[in-house]
Amino acid sequence: MTDLALDKPVPPNAAGPNRTAPTARRGMVRPSPTALGVGLLLAVAFGLLPLVGSEYLFDAILTPFLALALAGLGLNILTGYAGQVSLGSAAFMAVGAYAAFNLSLRLPELPFVVDILLAGLVAAAVGLVFGLPSLRLRGFYLAVSTLAAQFFVQWVFNKVGWFSNNSPSGIVTVPPLSVAGLALDGSVGRYLFGLSVVSVVTLVVWRLVDSPTGRALAALRDHETAARVIGLPVLRLKLLAFAVSSFIIGVAGVLWAFAYLRTVEPAGFNLDRSFQILFIVIIGGLASLRGAFLGAALIVVFPLALARLGETLLGGLFDSGVLEMSQRIVLGLLIIAFLIAEPAGLSALLDRLWHRIAGRLTALCSRLCPRSGSNRSV
Amino acid sequence: MTATPSEAPHLQPSATQPQAAPSALAVDGLSLSFGGVTALNGVSFTVAVGEIRAVIGPNGAGKSSLLNAVSGLYRPDSGRVWLGGHSFAAVPTDRLAALGVSRTFQNLALFKGLSVLDNVAAGLTHRLRAGVLAQVIGLPTARRERADAYDRAEALLAFLHLEDARDRPVGTLPYGVQKRVELARALVARPRLLLLDEPMAGMTLTEKQELTGCIRVARDDLGATIVLIEHDIGVVMGLSDRIAVLDYGRLIGDGTPEAIRNNQAVIDAYLGVAHDLEAGEGI
Repeated sequence: MTDLALDKPVPPNAAGPNRTAPTARRGMVRPSPTALGVGLLLAVAFGLLPLVGSEYLFDAILTPFLALALAGLGLNILTGYAGQVSLGSAAFMAVGAYAAFNLSLRLPELPFVVDILLAGLVAAAVGLVFGLPSLRLRGFYLAVSTLAAQFFVQWVFNKVGWFSNNSPSGIVTVPPLSVAGLALDGSVGRYLFGLSVVSVVTLVVWRLVDSPTGRALAALRDHETAARVIGLPVLRLKLLAFAVSSFIIGVAGVLWAFAYLRTVEPAGFNLDRSFQILFIVIIGGLASLRGAFLGAALIVVFPLALARLGETLLGGLFDSGVLEMSQRIVLGLLIIAFLIAEPAGLSALLDRLWHRIAGRLTALCSRLCPRSGSNRSV
Repeated sequence: MTATPSEAPHLQPSATQPQAAPSALAVDGLSLSFGGVTALNGVSFTVAVGEIRAVIGPNGAGKSSLLNAVSGLYRPDSGRVWLGGHSFAAVPTDRLAALGVSRTFQNLALFKGLSVLDNVAAGLTHRLRAGVLAQVIGLPTARRERADAYDRAEALLAFLHLEDARDRPVGTLPYGVQKRVELARALVARPRLLLLDEPMAGMTLTEKQELTGCIRVARDDLGATIVLIEHDIGVVMGLSDRIAVLDYGRLIGDGTPEAIRNNQAVIDAYLGVAHDLEAGEGI
């Protein structure tokens, strides 16, 4: 009785509870293709990329990707798993970023890892407060009430100089990143730091969504009345979802400020950012861990790719104004196309693609070596 | 008519003296109205421990309102509900599972995104003692609890012949199978009182017969007292020990299937067509 459901060989990026992935709950533990894929991905991300990547790759693509993916992961717990809509994600990022800044400024003796945890807890506390309306409100009404978080938090950081150490411009520069005496203020260092944080948090989130509590969150999302009738603590679960989600989004805010921008300003956490995170979750796939990463990759890479493409095709005509405009238009079209073609997001798209490739491979394999292929069913 | 006379209830003799037996559920003068519409009007009846109690009545008679009031989804205007020795003006839905009450819904109320097994296991989640952290870390107690819950869920899947659907997302299954999944979720916690709101609606004859057997086993072997709303009179007559008949929110008949069959008020209100036919044949 050592191998229980929690030990399923499904890695963090494997499907959430609403997929059919778990086939063998107990019995032989065989690394699934997804486990191998995640292992390979981590090996490349930790081992290979730091050796071969350029500064541009880390500073402009990978680090912001990691921060946004983490924010997407956080929002996915709330929206994808627990079914509570939120338009205030950027506010919780801001809370995390400002909390970490003030902690490192005012309590410099604390190690930075502790700063991060405390910043996450502060964001969780704020998230809990703004999650209280969810006990009475649902759907659009809840979404509107989370907008209050967005505007209120941004207003507070603009208004109260203490938070930005009375900086006249409102923009503060964060101290260089260093963990346990190890300076991580180079491009690669900040990237590796972000990658480590994201890996750890993703592991924890995977454990959470795979636990009975994670299933209970999904139950709450799918049928709140039935969840109440079978004795699930609906109010506690909602607040838990808000707290955990805000914690993670707060940590994402710390990454955004300390690993990516190295500055903090309220305007960086405006409503646009909240929508960006929501788009990441929707495009990537609701209730899918992998979805947050896919969505963030698209959101980060897409504008850069479009800029390159425009430059190549149109040359001087494609100035920054045109670029910004075309980004908005194309991204908007993309979201609409996605919602129509694949409401379950990139994650589901990838699943389908994978199944097709796997099917082809199996067919090919059974043709090449009929004996080993024939008794294998897909 | 689908059920056969051979499906006569086992416990009919004991059910004839409900007053003597302790009641699993009693409603006393329950009234409920929505705006000007009266859904329940002073309804009182008892359900004895171990009995299969049917509630019948024409559409809009207040049957589902009754179950919703008993499970706390509606708050009655007046009257009380007795559940397991406690008396409530409004039943606390959150405590329902702890009181040993579970129910199914007229329209399916499943967790569509979860697998069949997860849906059924969710019926036991309220019993888990391990906290979120223990679950995330995977402490031995949390893992044992969870394994135990899933073992029970699997046993119930076997009981209701749902093993083949085990890992399918429940939203992709046919209606009749989803109905059974919901019954499994309600049964997995071994409820003392099971409220079934039209469990056989939309089922084929074979499925109905199968489910009738399952309901009997739930009572006989799992020890659940059962309150059943059902439209199929054949099933009701064959399965239930006693029947309560509602019409326009009022209780117009209460007794054994035999008594209900011969109750003039019931015949007039509910089996009116049959009555006319019988009268026609008699002439």
